[in-house]
Amino acid sequence: MNSSVSTRRWQRPPFIKNPLLRWGLWLGLAIYLALAFGSMEIDWGRVAEGATRGERFIAAFFPPDFTSRWSSIYEGIMESLWMTITSTVVGILLSIPVGLGAARNLSWRPVYLFCRGILAVSRTFPEIILAIFFVKLFGFGPFAGFLALSVGTIGFYGKLLAEDIEDMDPVQAEAIKSVGPGWLQWLNYAVQPQVMPRMIGLGIYRLDINFRESAVVGIVGGGGIGATLLTSFDRYEFDSAAAILLVIIGIVMAMEYSSGYIRRWVQ
Amino acid sequence: MLRIENLEKRYQTGDLALKSVNLVVPKGEVMALIGPSGAGKSTLIRCVNRLVEPTGGKIFLGDLELAHLGSSELRRARRRMGMIFQEYALVERLSVMENVLSGRLGYVGFWRSYFRKFPQSDIDEAFNLLQRVGLDHMADKRADELSGGQRQRVGICRALIQNPDLLLVDEPTASLDPKTSRQIMRLICELCEERQLAAIINIHDVLLAQMFARRIVGLQLGSIVYDGPPDQLSSDVLTQIYGEEDWEATIEATKDLDEDEADVIVAAEKVIAKRVAD
Repeated sequence: MNSSVSTRRWQRPPFIKNPLLRWGLWLGLAIYLALAFGSMEIDWGRVAEGATRGERFIAAFFPPDFTSRWSSIYEGIMESLWMTITSTVVGILLSIPVGLGAARNLSWRPVYLFCRGILAVSRTFPEIILAIFFVKLFGFGPFAGFLALSVGTIGFYGKLLAEDIEDMDPVQAEAIKSVGPGWLQWLNYAVQPQVMPRMIGLGIYRLDINFRESAVVGIVGGGGIGATLLTSFDRYEFDSAAAILLVIIGIVMAMEYSSGYIRRWVQ
Repeated sequence: MLRIENLEKRYQTGDLALKSVNLVVPKGEVMALIGPSGAGKSTLIRCVNRLVEPTGGKIFLGDLELAHLGSSELRRARRRMGMIFQEYALVERLSVMENVLSGRLGYVGFWRSYFRKFPQSDIDEAFNLLQRVGLDHMADKRADELSGGQRQRVGICRALIQNPDLLLVDEPTASLDPKTSRQIMRLICELCEERQLAAIINIHDVLLAQMFARRIVGLQLGSIVYDGPPDQLSSDVLTQIYGEEDWEATIEATKDLDEDEADVIVAAEKVIAKRVAD
């Protein structure tokens, strides 16, 4: 008897309704990828040559030489750490007012647009471009690197802070508002507890990023371990360069491990 | 204590949530506001402490007109109105004590509140209230470690430590089981009686409303359609508020419960009377 009842068929409705558009997009993507990979010119001769050169290059790294340039490695690392810590602290402090202003549920329209503008500008330029710019303005040295990393931190931290505030639970905020606190008290009791654990985690993450970036900004004249690394490459002292790279890797790994630990602890 | 005159709220979408509502709640009266979802119950009590801005009419708390206060006067007026929320609305990452003390924020300066250096009198009162609701041993627990009923008790403490003249209660039992719901309603009503507080309790559970409130106001599509004692809520009245449905079962159930509850209420009143006498 059941067989006489016609079965109703069901399929998930497609994301793009128009079949012509749906298949057209797939076809377009396929054609573009075929052309893109087809136009890649790979000269296997040059790859082979590069491979033997790479071998020699890597061989020159061994054994790493920590001793002969140790004082300049030490100085570079200290400068990088100084740059990392100061720029993270200053960047985060400056990004708090910007982030508060850029949270749609906290500020009013003109302030919101202004703060979003600051964030957009500082996020547009990668740290290395900012470093080139600040080196031109203030000359070589870690100060330019510090400024570049600070501005980068404002863009990163301010945007994430603003988004975290926008995602907070409005009911908790409303409840605190209903007892009649001042605005700062309201921030301290209703907003801060909701965003704090994530922001501490992100602060440590940013410290991590700033240390790695401090090696990059040195290459364009922003001081720090990057400058030392560049000098050793310029002098063809690959064994010293290897030592510097190992120190950087060691510090990054130590930060990675401790940041994971601290983040678990604040949660 | 509270007088609402021609209160109107039109949302930006154009929906008229409240149509010229008039209501007087005298000192010490616990009033239950019932009505279907979307009738405007929440909007009504949020207009009183201006978490929602009314678009017309006047609201008097004592002699103070609330609907047109500037921001700093509004802040001062809000200190006199305690609010209890549907989903407890505790700040989850703060401790129980911090949540209770946050009810005093309107009275202490920023730095004192920032360093959690509240006056000893506030701390004493916080412990008194926590003890009253049976949670003083939980003071340093984080709010998100508590069960629903415990959280709502903390919410009650936060509202009462404001030492308010008026209590605004928004669906206090909506996320609680039936037994806890009754305990919470009983607690709210007892505390209102002890402190002679006026209270508006939004509640969609008709039975609970009838059990605990002396006066019931029915709201339907933004207008008051019933205002009277709980025992006059007839089938017809409920139909008028909520729409067509078989209400006889609800009314019968209330009668049975009333007898059980009567004993409890008498017992509670004896305790209160004794306390007052002491």
